[in-house]
Amino acid sequence: MHVNLVEETACNLLKQAAVHLPEDVKKALIRAYNSEESEVGKSQLEAILKNIELAEENQAPICQDTGTITFYIKAGSDFKMLRHVEEALVTAVRRATRHVPLRPNAINPINGRNSGDNTGRFSPQTIWEVVAGDFLELTVMLKGGGSENASALSTLLPSDGIKELKKFVVETVVRAGAQPCPPVILGIAFGGNVDLTMKLAKKALLRPLGKANPDPEVARLEAELMDAVNSTGIGPMGLGGRITTLGVHVDYAYRHPATFPAAVAFSCWALRRASARINNDGSVEYLTHRDDELYGHVSSENTFIR
Amino acid sequence: MAMYHLKTPLSDSEIRLLKVNDVLYISGLVVTARDQAHKRLLEHVKTGKPPPMDMSGLAIYHCGPVVKRENEKWLVVAAGPTTSTRMEPFTADLIRGLGVKLIIGKGGMGVKTTEAMSQYGAVYASFTGGAAVLAASLIKSVKGVEWLDLGVPEALWVFEVERFGPLIVAIDSHGRNLYMEVANKVEAERSQIYRKLGL
Ligand code: SF4
Repeated sequence: MHVNLVEETACNLLKQAAVHLPEDVKKALIRAYNSEESEVGKSQLEAILKNIELAEENQAPICQDTGTITFYIKAGSDFKMLRHVEEALVTAVRRATRHVPLRPNAINPINGRNSGDNTGRFSPQTIWEVVAGDFLELTVMLKGGGSENASALSTLLPSDGIKELKKFVVETVVRAGAQPCPPVILGIAFGGNVDLTMKLAKKALLRPLGKANPDPEVARLEAELMDAVNSTGIGPMGLGGRITTLGVHVDYAYRHPATFPAAVAFSCWALRRASARINNDGSVEYLTHRDDELYGHVSSENTFIR
Repeated sequence: MAMYHLKTPLSDSEIRLLKVNDVLYISGLVVTARDQAHKRLLEHVKTGKPPPMDMSGLAIYHCGPVVKRENEKWLVVAAGPTTSTRMEPFTADLIRGLGVKLIIGKGGMGVKTTEAMSQYGAVYASFTGGAAVLAASLIKSVKGVEWLDLGVPEALWVFEVERFGPLIVAIDSHGRNLYMEVANKVEAERSQIYRKLGL
């Protein structure tokens, strides 16, 4: 297996994510279009669907804000290239920024300077999980600023935890309004420590839409919250309508008796993620996108629009 | 929900026709401006110095486009709207001082802008957030660019657009603001929602 395989695969994932929405998100948007009753709301969903098609046709990023980049890495303990992964991902980000292109969104918060290539301290972010096996599973998520600004974290009163949580979710969605480009996807988590809670909330956005939490009690909470959010009337783009969210994904962790942290992570309708698995034998399986959505390697010139 | 197709420069009577929830398609000249350009435009209005182009009857688009230069020509790759709320402190003065008739963005604007729109005859229309390639496909050519020293996204880009839309009229020149109306309806629903959640 060549060292570059990780870089190559990550590059392809970045392009897939920026240009093609995963099937489950596309399907959810089509369902939303069919069930939206507000005429204005429907017009927004129609524009979104048209935009998705044009992005694929032109091989252009779906939205000009290609967001910040997070890699979720499931690392098999016997995967041969483990020690090269971090470096390969940084190089992949540099290349993809030039060739997809991705908007340079990494800014030094101290002096305001943009690195120009989406890399910098903790950029891209890498979240590791080590498992037994001889493969590497990479998932990239691109997350825009509009939806990130709507996220919220709170430490609730433990005595009334779940009730407080429901209220917190509704309040957060109402406060966000049009800002995160609804219909949104919500990742919600509670319990744990504040850092873990937000991490779980974000990670819940990776779960395919339409797949409920396997725990029936949590699944019930998801359905209840989805119904609540879709009763607010915020609607597509906050212009009024039925469909404010495409999916609510809930996760939790055991908590300290005195604390009840809760986190709400938003994704805009443009939930951009892509996954692949690299095996020790050098084979690569793309998990979220079809093969014909690869369009060759991003490294070759002229892969970009027009 | 009436549908209109208008061309710039927009007249006062055309603007007064438009009501909240109407669908608008626009052809003609649209000028992009984000935070930095708004700041500079406001300086021009305040000091009486003319801006780089006559903007009366035109549209301001809250957008920082992704562009590409190819054989001496600018090509627009992606040009979706950015959040308009950030432009709230400037917009009323720009409508008054420059005669801008249409503001295009996402997420809506506040009371000050809504009042200025009634007083001077202008509307705010929402373009679908994130629909950047759709927007780019409706931009026929780049007519010019000013203030490139602010950087590509912050510069004033003059786009010639054709049937640019769908734009939803969200603040009209009769004092209605769709975002405030939606917010009021949401508030009214809230107790019902809480009851259903057992709160
Ligand atoms: S919230 Fe999402 S769709 Fe909206 S502008 Fe940002 S990245 Fe694009």
